[in-house]
Amino acid sequence: MHRLILAFALLLGLTPAVSAQTLQDILQTHADEVAKPGRRTVGVVLDDLAASGLPGVAVFLEKWQDKSVWQRDDGQFFIAAEQADTLQLTDIDSGEETSAAKDTFTQLKPNGGVRRVIATALVQFQLMDPDVERRTTAVASIARRPDASQLGPLLGAIDGETDAALKARKIQLANFLSASFAENTEDRIAAINSLSTDTSVEARAVLNQILTTSPGLATSLPTDQNVAGVLTPGEDMTRDEAYRLLVEAELAAPRTPPDVIRAALEANVVDGRVGNIPVAQLGSTANRERAYAQLAAVGTVAPLVTQSDRNAAIDEFIFFETYDEEDKAITQAAAAALGAVENRVAAGQTIDLALDALSLASIYFLAAIGLAITFGVMRVINMAHGEFIMMGAYTGYVVQLFVPSYTASIIIALPLAFAVTFGAGVVMERLVIRHLYHRPLETLLATFGISIALQQLAKNIFGTQARPLTSPEWLDGALVFSDVVQISYIRIAIFVLALIFLGLILYVLKRTRLGLEVRAVTQNPGMAASMGINPDRINMLTFGLGSGIAGIAGVAIGLYAKVTSEMGADYIVQSFMTVVVGGVGNVWGTLAGASLIGFLQKGIEWLNPSNTLAAQTYMILFIILFIQFRPKGIVALKGRAAAD
Amino acid sequence: MDKTFIGRNPSVLWFLLALGLFTAGVTILSEAGLSVISTSFVKTLGKTLCLCLIAIAMDVVWGYCGILSLGHFAFFGIGGYAIGMWLMYARTEGIVVESLSSQVIPPTPQEITDAIGNQIFGVVGSSEFPAIWAFADSLFLQLLMVILVPGLLALVFGWLAFRSRVTGVYLSILTQAMTLALALYLFQNDSGLRGNNGLSGLQNIPGFEDTPQSTISLAFFLGSALALGLGYLLFAWVVSGKMGSVIKAIRDDEARVRFLGYQVESYKLFVFTLTAIVSGIAGALYYPQAGIINPAEIAPIASIYLAVWVAIGGRGRLYGAVIGAAFVSLLSSWFTSGGVPAVNLGFYTIQWTDWWLVLLGVSFVAVTLFFPKGIGGLFDYLVRKPS
Repeated sequence: MHRLILAFALLLGLTPAVSAQTLQDILQTHADEVAKPGRRTVGVVLDDLAASGLPGVAVFLEKWQDKSVWQRDDGQFFIAAEQADTLQLTDIDSGEETSAAKDTFTQLKPNGGVRRVIATALVQFQLMDPDVERRTTAVASIARRPDASQLGPLLGAIDGETDAALKARKIQLANFLSASFAENTEDRIAAINSLSTDTSVEARAVLNQILTTSPGLATSLPTDQNVAGVLTPGEDMTRDEAYRLLVEAELAAPRTPPDVIRAALEANVVDGRVGNIPVAQLGSTANRERAYAQLAAVGTVAPLVTQSDRNAAIDEFIFFETYDEEDKAITQAAAAALGAVENRVAAGQTIDLALDALSLASIYFLAAIGLAITFGVMRVINMAHGEFIMMGAYTGYVVQLFVPSYTASIIIALPLAFAVTFGAGVVMERLVIRHLYHRPLETLLATFGISIALQQLAKNIFGTQARPLTSPEWLDGALVFSDVVQISYIRIAIFVLALIFLGLILYVLKRTRLGLEVRAVTQNPGMAASMGINPDRINMLTFGLGSGIAGIAGVAIGLYAKVTSEMGADYIVQSFMTVVVGGVGNVWGTLAGASLIGFLQKGIEWLNPSNTLAAQTYMILFIILFIQFRPKGIVALKGRAAAD
Repeated sequence: MDKTFIGRNPSVLWFLLALGLFTAGVTILSEAGLSVISTSFVKTLGKTLCLCLIAIAMDVVWGYCGILSLGHFAFFGIGGYAIGMWLMYARTEGIVVESLSSQVIPPTPQEITDAIGNQIFGVVGSSEFPAIWAFADSLFLQLLMVILVPGLLALVFGWLAFRSRVTGVYLSILTQAMTLALALYLFQNDSGLRGNNGLSGLQNIPGFEDTPQSTISLAFFLGSALALGLGYLLFAWVVSGKMGSVIKAIRDDEARVRFLGYQVESYKLFVFTLTAIVSGIAGALYYPQAGIINPAEIAPIASIYLAVWVAIGGRGRLYGAVIGAAFVSLLSSWFTSGGVPAVNLGFYTIQWTDWWLVLLGVSFVAVTLFFPKGIGGLFDYLVRKPS
């Protein structure tokens, strides 16, 4: 350990000024600087302390920073804790504890600037502290404020690191620091090149830091600066910006804006005229400029800078950007590395976007699959489907009122929500929908009536404010692949739930007696009835099943969105579109529809990230156009069943 | 064909008579001296007449032609926005010119435009005039917009939809998607129509600053009544005669009409576009009385309510649509304004502001289940039809 400190002291290019000394000796050599440290003078003390390689240095520096070091009247330094009138003294070298009266001691009070310098020096000791937490803190503090002086200690602290994760972090950080601060160009370029595979935000920040530019202008392109590129006014920058640069460089007079002209004219009205122009005629820009020019000609106001003056001034100069980093080789390497990183980031973002889209598609699938079943089998538009989603979510909320454990409550809520909405669906089918099978458009009205009644009922019972449906803590947080690609566990859970339901519904429809009968009724109700299937019963069960799934979707949606009485209405139009785009009466169709809408929405949001409203608008327009070309959806039923 | 148009449709005469009596009654009762009816109630009645106008348009497109459009309120809203743009521009211009005239130097046209832009768009953090406001300074052009924009939108949308034979429930969902897309678009701040703030102050009619609101509301009430009367005549004419027969036949069996050689798509497109234009006009009359229009007005639910009014009033008869719209919207404002006394059940007190929607929802279900002909069906008992 001591050897290591010595080693990086050498790395810093320092030679030990003294050896085989005690800490107290070193401090006495610099007694004045220790007692009254200044930001500039304290460096010498710290260098010598670091060079000495003595074990007590780190502790001393910490105490010094804490204002817990006291000087006795004879000049000796002690670490001391204040207790009323006495001091608990600790000898700096031996650690021997004594106590003494306070009045013969003076407290050392380094100011804030000095304490920061001490802290920076401390980092190198903390980097090799036996306690892994303190090492981690030290590394984090370097990451917060990267500085050239930390590179040496950090490099020295890599080999001795035992914790694998921390070692990797130290290497990464050392790379960042070398890229910015290493002594010679080759080292920096090597470090920069090694960053070209690192997609973390920090690495990109380091590269961007190296590539910062500032604008410049001259009559010809300078050769002694590291020019990043020429800016053409009107293309790479607006002409207004270009002119502003000229004004800042005091190469042109500031433009005269209209309100300045007006103020100048107002201030110079004489006998109802400005110059020789009557005030009544000053209602046009041309006349105002003429009047102003007359004022300028007699020297009352600064000369008018017209648009053509400004253009002439701009055209005289070349505008360009220069890198703040002077070495061309380094900026080239950094630009290349940043390009490579950005390619990787773009790839990562694509994956991230795909994951987002997938989870959105799962939500749409869950919300729409119940609707697809009822709509597909019975040709019934159920406008109250959204309210069944809401009912499921409120069931989850009520369960959580009684069951405190979030995990248990969700496990209870899922089947319970299914049961509640299944029941509601069956009741609705028996009481209302059964009577309207021959008037499909009127079911829309009746179910709309039920929808607004249920919504208002929920509002009356649960109030208008949003209710929480809390997810179990094992669903908190996110699965992080990198700074770019991450997905929250709730979204994964919803995706898994959607997969389970896809499997379950396919199983019920394709492998069970009920499914067989449902498919028969879908294809031809009359024929099915004559084969001994009771279409009444099948319709009832199908409607119950579709509603029950809506209830489960409600629990899932409630987990990541708030539960309100209007939450169903938010999903109903999207669900309808999912069903229509996918094609009626087919599970795969709904899956395709949900995927298309999910991916499309995320894709459009990515193209226009500032505006999700616009994304939804364009998506709906796309769907309207899509229906023109495939009126029966992606997966269309063929044969007799298709004719309705 | 031996009778005149009116002769074949006695209900038109009865309706116009009733409307005339109603209008005359309201005018007399609200006139100064009598003041039995307050200005705000005249406004409510005027707005209700506009809703009746869009309801008969909806009845023609749904009850007669069988197209359940869930997007006609979009056209209503567009009409409102079109007239609202002129009202807001002209009024702001008046205010701006007034305030700039106190300056020493007369303002330039640019300064006036900038000041108006600041006034209107400051609320969405902008001051530039978007391209769609290009004609806002001309009342004539904006009135043209009231007709052209809904008409063209309906024409293009209908042509696309009917051409690819999107029918029934699919068409309903498609029209719903259209109005949702429009509402979402208008909700954006950079849509150029002030985002969710909408257009406001529309009750102040430029040029009539000194006229009292009571006179303006009565004028709009009379205008709305006139528009409803004319609209009723127009639609009664459309749905009678040979064209009316074809339209009703399309509702009953589209395929057979097509096989008989009729251009089903053209008829549907004509009905869809015509009703859209009338809806736009109704909106242009409605919003100056309402005073404010914002994108929430054209959310899909508004168009569903429209269908519900028509269903409750009775589809396939124009006076049914008028009755449904007037009955439900007036009842709705009566219940939600707290005008109905609460019912005390001992253990629970029913506040109608909370329970009105539940009652309304349940009555929809009841009407669809038990009175498929709606309120208008009651007239069948009065008039024994020779059949």
